Formats: sequence, C-alpha cells, structure tokens
Amino acid sequence: MKKFLRKKPADLFLSLFTWLCAAATFLVLIFIIGHIVINGAPYIRPSLFAFRYNSDNVSLFPALVTTVMTVMLSLIIAVPVGVFSAIYLVEYAKRGNRLVKLVRVTAETLAGIPSIVYGLFGMLFFVIWMGWGMSVLAGACTLSIMILPLIMRTTEESLKAVPDSYREGSFGLGAGKLRTVFRIVLPSASPGILAGIILAIGRVVGETAALLYTAGSIARIPGSPMASGRTLAIHMYALSSEGLYTGQAYATAVVLLVVVIGINAMSAYMAKKIVR
Amino acid sequence: MDKFILRNVELWYNDFKALKDVSMDVERNSITAFIGPSGCGKSTLLKSLNRMNDLIEGCKIMGDFLLDGENIYEDIDVNMLRKRVGMVFQKPNPFPMSIYDNIAFGPRTHGIRSKYKLDEIVEKALRDAAIWDEAKDRLKKSALSLSGGQQQRLCIARALSVSPDVLLMDEPTSALDPISTSKIEDLVMELKKQYTVVIVTHNMQQATRISDRTGFFLLGELVEFGDSEQVFSMPRDKRCEDYITGRFG
Ligand SMILES: Nc1ncnc2c1ncn2[C@@H]1O[C@H](COP(=O)(O)OP(=O)(O)O)[C@@H](O)[C@H]1O
Ligand SMILES: [Mg+2]
Repeated sequence: MKKFLRKKPADLFLSLFTWLCAAATFLVLIFIIGHIVINGAPYIRPSLFAFRYNSDNVSLFPALVTTVMTVMLSLIIAVPVGVFSAIYLVEYAKRGNRLVKLVRVTAETLAGIPSIVYGLFGMLFFVIWMGWGMSVLAGACTLSIMILPLIMRTTEESLKAVPDSYREGSFGLGAGKLRTVFRIVLPSASPGILAGIILAIGRVVGETAALLYTAGSIARIPGSPMASGRTLAIHMYALSSEGLYTGQAYATAVVLLVVVIGINAMSAYMAKKIVR
Repeated sequence: MDKFILRNVELWYNDFKALKDVSMDVERNSITAFIGPSGCGKSTLLKSLNRMNDLIEGCKIMGDFLLDGENIYEDIDVNMLRKRVGMVFQKPNPFPMSIYDNIAFGPRTHGIRSKYKLDEIVEKALRDAAIWDEAKDRLKKSALSLSGGQQQRLCIARALSVSPDVLLMDEPTSALDPISTSKIEDLVMELKKQYTVVIVTHNMQQATRISDRTGFFLLGELVEFGDSEQVFSMPRDKRCEDYITGRFG
C-alpha cells in the first residue's frame, strides 16, 4: 500500500485512467452482446430457419444462404486480385516505381470512401451499365471493390514483415524468385493475410448501404448469382425498419454474431494449420 | 587451378566504392578467412562470390570472378551458381517450417522429388553438419524450436543439402555462445576435406585456429593476403600488424 501511495500522482492517474478505459471497452462489448442475446434469444425458434421466407415465420434462412454466397463471391474476386497486387508491389516492383505510388494512392483513396458511394457506383456500373440487374453478383462485385484495399494493405504489411533473411536463405540455395515468393515468403505471411481476409469478411457481413442498391432485398434463396437476395445485415435492416419484427431482428443479430465468431474461429484454426 | 580467381574486383553501392581493386585466389579444399574492421567490405566481397549482391539495388560490380575457370557473372546461371556456392549467414535463418522441410527445400528446388532420395539427403546433410543426433527424433518439429547454435548447424546442413563445392560463411558464430562456436569451428575444419570454405570473422583467434589463408581488408582494399601463419606472425603490412596486435585505432 505504501508503495502504491508513493507513486507520483500523474502516474497513478494515468494507470487508473488506462485501467478504466480497458474496463469500459470490455463492459461496452459485454453490454452489446448481452443486450442482443437477451432480446434475440427468445425469438430463436425452428421456424426462423424455415427454408422459405414468409411474413409469418420471418425466416432468416434465405438471408443466411445469401450472406454465405456474397462472402464467397466477393472473396473469390477480391482475394486473388488483392494478394497478387500486394505481391507485385512488395516483391517485384522496384523501389520508387511510379506505378507503385499510383496503386498505393488509389488503394488509400478507395479505403476512405463511404460505402454508400460504392453502392451508387455499383448500381450505375454493374446493375445498369453491365445490365446485371439487382443481383448477388452485382452486390459481390461492389463489395469486392470495397474490400480490395483492405486485403491489399494487410497482405502488403504481412509480406513486408517477413524477414529478408528468409528470402536470402532461399536465394542462397539457388531458388528462383517465384519459388522464394510462393514457398517461403507467402506461407510466412499467410497468418497476416488471413487476418486481413477475416476483417474483409466482417465488412462484407456487416455491409448494408453498398448492397441495398446492388443486390436488392428479396428474401428468397437466390437461385443463381444473377438473382437478387438479401444478406443477414440487410434482412435485419428490413425487419427493424418495418418495425413489426424487432424481436426477430435481434434474433438475426444473434445468428450474425455466431456466424462471425464461427468464421473467425475457423480462420484462426486454418492459420494455425498453415503455420504448423 | 584455384577454386576462385578474383582479378581487379571493384564494387559500388550507388556512388560509394565498397571494394577497391581486389585480387585474390582461393585454394580448393582449404579455409580462407577474411578479417578486418567492420565496414571494410568483407561481407560485400563474400556475397559477390555467389552473387547475393544482385539482390541489392544500386550495386555495381566490375572485375573478373572465375569459379573453376568460368566467369560467374557471365558463364553461369545465377541459381546454378548459388547451388555450387552455398552460403551461411551471420544470424541463423532457418525457414519457419520443420527441420526436415528446411533441409529438403534445397534439393526439392533442384528437382528431387523421390521421398527415399530426400530422406537420404536430409540424413546425410544433418550428419555432415554434426546435428543429426540432436535432430533425428524431431525432424517433423519446427526448426525454430532449436537453440541458436543448433539452428546455425541446421543452416549449415541446409547449405550442404544441395551438395555445393564452396561454402561461404559470414561471421557464422558471432551470434553464438562459446560452446556452440567451438562445435561449429570443429565442423568447419571437418568440412574442408570435401568443400572449399570462405569464412568472414572478426574473431582473430578463430581465424588463427581454423584458417589456412587469411585476407586482411581495410576500407575496401585487400591489404594483406597470405598463409594464416605468416599473416598472424609476421604481417608484411604495418596496418595489418596494428590490427592484429590490437593497436588499431
Ligand atoms: N546494401 C548496401 N547499400 C549501401 N552500402 C552498403 C550496403 N551494404 C554494405 N554497405 C557499405 O559497404 C561497406 C562494406 O560493408 P560490409 O561488406 O558489410 O562490411 P563488413 O562485412 O566488412 O563489416 C560499408 O561501408 C557499408 O556501409
Ligand atoms: Mg559483415
């Protein structure tokens, strides 16, 4: 106790403050999750997972399917493009290359644009100009542009974090550039890349504004990527804006939480598998 | 013929001249040591022997580098050169994968796929680097779980796995404790029976103990080069003498 008192007042204040902030963050998280679970859990019943949606069961199952589809499609587009551009920027481009600067500025600008702007662009470009109509594909393409900078950035950072000594070791054995990048550098960077992908999934799952104008809000399981569909987030938005199904909206939020936590756990497991 | 013949080697990092008119011959099946104060160009010259300097932007090299009579900057594919001239770095740098995969990476790079063949190579490399006994029961374990000294011997094994002729070592013991250091010194003396070794060291005792010939560098110049015995007992150059006797300042 004496020691505690002997601390300088500023130190004491600072450590108390840090502690309070940490506690506040934790409490807010607990509060949000508790609030959602308490309000939503009673509404989770089998009918909520009925194959078809109608205004009686307010099933979230079609939205769940649409969410998975949207996540998959946007990742299939954004991950290869993002990862390969990052590989180019970090491993191949010469320092001070004009193109590198251009790509970087573009990516940073893209990252700062509000998602509703992506939505409007997606509507003009994919829905109208490409003639795809409101569709899961148009939505996923829009989202993939939105998450591209995120994936590029995190991949770039994780590639840069791979020590040069690994590259030297590989080159020193007579391995070429391609083999060094894909067998040594990329595996070492994969946990970081995966973390970026998880963040990207989080953004896709939580996105509404960019999807409203591109994927629409039809509560049916989309028969193909060209059909319209609503993700869980849009579903929640629709339910709560109608004002009749607040409980079901909360139940959907619980499912959304579980999905996100599940995806995170799975990715963490995969990352561990890859690194060994 | 000598293993390496260097003539009038000059090297620039952009505008900075790091090697000035260096000429030397490296005898085969011998240990050649490079000594000198830090920043004098020892690592630079060592790295130019297997063209690791190619990776550095702004690095320009002139002069002749002959390996068994072939010009390494003109006649030999760079990856084949690095297969023939292996390298061990100052800090142990095992890949973040299993011990087995660390050693198998090199042979796999050069097209060996057979499991049987790979097993054989891995065992031989680990034996030659005197780490087989410590590693044989944990080949599938991460190489990063080894101690620093073991990691460095693993890196030596990894370099041996592609059966090079020459082994370049850049202060391979500077990050290690005395026991690991003496193990590696013993190992290097054993290796010279089969390989030509070029080693950079800032430890004079080490150079005396293990090397057959020694080159003393100063500010990018090769000031003195000869049999280690002569260099350390009767250096011809005053600056070399001052450095060896510790009167350098
Ligand atoms: N990549 C590089 N770019 C620019 N200068 C370098 C680079 N590497 C080394 N140098 C310079 O070249 C000189 C020789 O370096 P080095 O060969 O590493 O010395 P040593 O190994 O003898 O300590 C030093 O002055 C160093 O600053
Ligand atoms: Mg050095």
